[in-house]
Amino acid sequence: MERWRTYGFVAGFLAVPIVLYTVFVISPYVQAFQISLTDWNGIAARPAYVGLDNFGRLLGDEVFWRALRNHGILLLVLPIATIVIALFFAFVLNLGGGARGPGMAGVRGSGFYRVVFFFPQVLAVAVVGVLFKAVYRPDESGVINGALIRLGMEPVGWLIEPDLALWSIIAVMVWQAVGFYVVLFSAGMAAIPKDYFEAAALDGAGRVRLFFSITLPLLRDTVQVGWVYLGIAAFDGFALIQVLAGEKGEPDGATTVLPIEIWKNAFSYSKVGYASAMGVALFFLTVTFAVLTLRTTRRERIDL
Amino acid sequence: MTHPGEITRRQLIRRIGLAALVVGPGAGLLSGCATGGGEEPAAPVTSATGSADPRNPFGVDARKPLKVTIFSGGYGDAYAKEIHEALYKKEFPGAAVEHNATQQISTQLRPLFVSGDVPDVVNNSGPQALDLVALAEQGHLADLTALFDAPSIDDPAKKIRDVVTPAVLDNAKIDGKDLVLNYTVSHRALWYNAKLFAAKGWTVPRTWAEFTALGDKAKAEGILLFAYPGQKGPYYQLWNVLYTAAKIGGNQAVIDIDNLVDGAWKTEPVKQAVTAWVDIQAKYGDKAYFGLDHTQTQVKHLQDKLLFYPVGSWIENEMAKDKPDGFEYAIAPIPDVTAADKMPYGAIQVGVGENFFVAARGKNPQGGLEYLRIMLSKDGARGFTEKTQNLTVVNGAAEGLDLPPGLRSAAKAQDAAGQNIITDARFEGWYKELFDYGTEQINVVMAGRITPDEFCSRMQAKADTIKKDGSVPKQTRGE
Repeated sequence: MERWRTYGFVAGFLAVPIVLYTVFVISPYVQAFQISLTDWNGIAARPAYVGLDNFGRLLGDEVFWRALRNHGILLLVLPIATIVIALFFAFVLNLGGGARGPGMAGVRGSGFYRVVFFFPQVLAVAVVGVLFKAVYRPDESGVINGALIRLGMEPVGWLIEPDLALWSIIAVMVWQAVGFYVVLFSAGMAAIPKDYFEAAALDGAGRVRLFFSITLPLLRDTVQVGWVYLGIAAFDGFALIQVLAGEKGEPDGATTVLPIEIWKNAFSYSKVGYASAMGVALFFLTVTFAVLTLRTTRRERIDL
Repeated sequence: MTHPGEITRRQLIRRIGLAALVVGPGAGLLSGCATGGGEEPAAPVTSATGSADPRNPFGVDARKPLKVTIFSGGYGDAYAKEIHEALYKKEFPGAAVEHNATQQISTQLRPLFVSGDVPDVVNNSGPQALDLVALAEQGHLADLTALFDAPSIDDPAKKIRDVVTPAVLDNAKIDGKDLVLNYTVSHRALWYNAKLFAAKGWTVPRTWAEFTALGDKAKAEGILLFAYPGQKGPYYQLWNVLYTAAKIGGNQAVIDIDNLVDGAWKTEPVKQAVTAWVDIQAKYGDKAYFGLDHTQTQVKHLQDKLLFYPVGSWIENEMAKDKPDGFEYAIAPIPDVTAADKMPYGAIQVGVGENFFVAARGKNPQGGLEYLRIMLSKDGARGFTEKTQNLTVVNGAAEGLDLPPGLRSAAKAQDAAGQNIITDARFEGWYKELFDYGTEQINVVMAGRITPDEFCSRMQAKADTIKKDGSVPKQTRGE
């Protein structure tokens, strides 16, 4: 009886969020699986089931593979670049000043920099997109190209050269993400006992040695979480690419990603069934990535 | 021009009635989800039941409310609110008109079509327009034959079909039925600043040699001969190339492309047109424009940084706010590409646009048809032109109006063109995927990353894929 009351109490609190979650998160997922087996055009009252046709078509769709390739590049470059840069800054901000007073300190003005680093994170993706459109603008009105032209150099088509566009966009993604991870890693570093650093410093370890032998191993969990977050972000990129490159992943589809293709097929070409099949593929990719990352990086905890 | 006769009309009505009986198996499983499922909606209300009263030919219930959804884009929505809806309320004082203006036609209306609570009149336009072919397949679009056969408000002795420009009837058809009303007339070719030309003493080039010679002269003054927006607006250049192909090889070049005729993209006129423009881009273009959108490019046009811009007559109203006094829009036909172009110099594209349809399963389809009839009255059409500075399909409705110089130049060009009117490319609406692919590939070829031959082969391959794809409903057009 007592137990029943406790569970009833807990269930009462959980009911509303669970219902909301089921209706707005779970059920769309289930429906996407269902719709991916149909030829629904978004309007028909009775879509016909076509089995796995949509998935068969995916395999032969070169645009789908191009989107996957771009996800692959994003998946490799975005987490590595962001984490490396963020770790570097976090280290410099927290420990880069060397031993000063009690324990380690960051470089001068690190409190100020920490706030500045976080600025891009506060901006909405659409704002960042518009901002960098101006930065990358290919004529003399562009921020970068304006400077290049003034210096007598040829302007660079940051977003219009197929070989360059994706990298320009990745640069923006990294720029926007770094601030958050600097803060995340700073918090992680703050949790590392100062004695470790002091002891190592007494033994004559330099900053590089401190970083690789103490900071990084003890920060492993945090880095791993960051890696999963960034990996999932690499499967998105929709808003930024839409604003910066164009709604078809221009130029020549060189910057397209699955969300862009899903949007295009569902809302421009009325192929909702096919788009849902892409959505299902994306779902499995994301889940596989998360599971793999957590599995391969799993390790015994280090007790501090 | 095909005028569907009585028999066709009766057949159509029968077919729509039959469509409701065809029920797919097992679809009930989908009930309660995004697809709506459940009951197949009742047979669409066709407005064929006319009434004898020429003042109310569709038998509108004067008290029934009317729902209107307008795409609030370049034309705004004031013309609907202040002119057409006001006229409707004047005719039926007891009827409430529910006005809804949006830029997200598809996002807003698609769920309504699935659930059944649709607006009666829809201005289906903009980048997020609904797929009309899909809607037509489901019987959501009311047959407009009754509208075209109804008496005109201004002269009951005349039918609507006799007071509109003939292209309206041609473009109304989806799967052979009259389902869409195109309301505006636009003139597409190259647009330039007449005042700049007058100041410099330049004349509009009539041949390709004159065109490139002008390009050299302009280059010396730091002006670009030609540019189009590579972002958001590459379809302007796709149109331009297609119209150039039609000028070289006649409208058949475009009609064959629309009809997915084998090898239509690999014909000589298409290749010549692509090659001619790729050469212009290579010798006189600036690759920066591949990264500029339509507004940025149009502003540069207003700043006299480029001479010719491929667009339609709506440009004048679109840029009215930014236009300096030293700029006066005027239209220039595409110069002769070869000495043996099928269409002589002066040919321009004149087309109808801005789709309106009446929902067949709305609450008040009769009111919807009447609303369109009001739009096609002289008062309705003139009001539209006054509000938007764009012409409508209603013959003579703009007479006596003080039109801006760009529109006047377009009207003059149309007179000069006479019968040499370049047709529009319908595959833009029929096979959006092919058109989108074209807008992507036109940038690729113009940037010089592929040759014109490769462009034609790629387009042909895509067209062949669409042709083979059984899930894409096919359309055909005549002359």
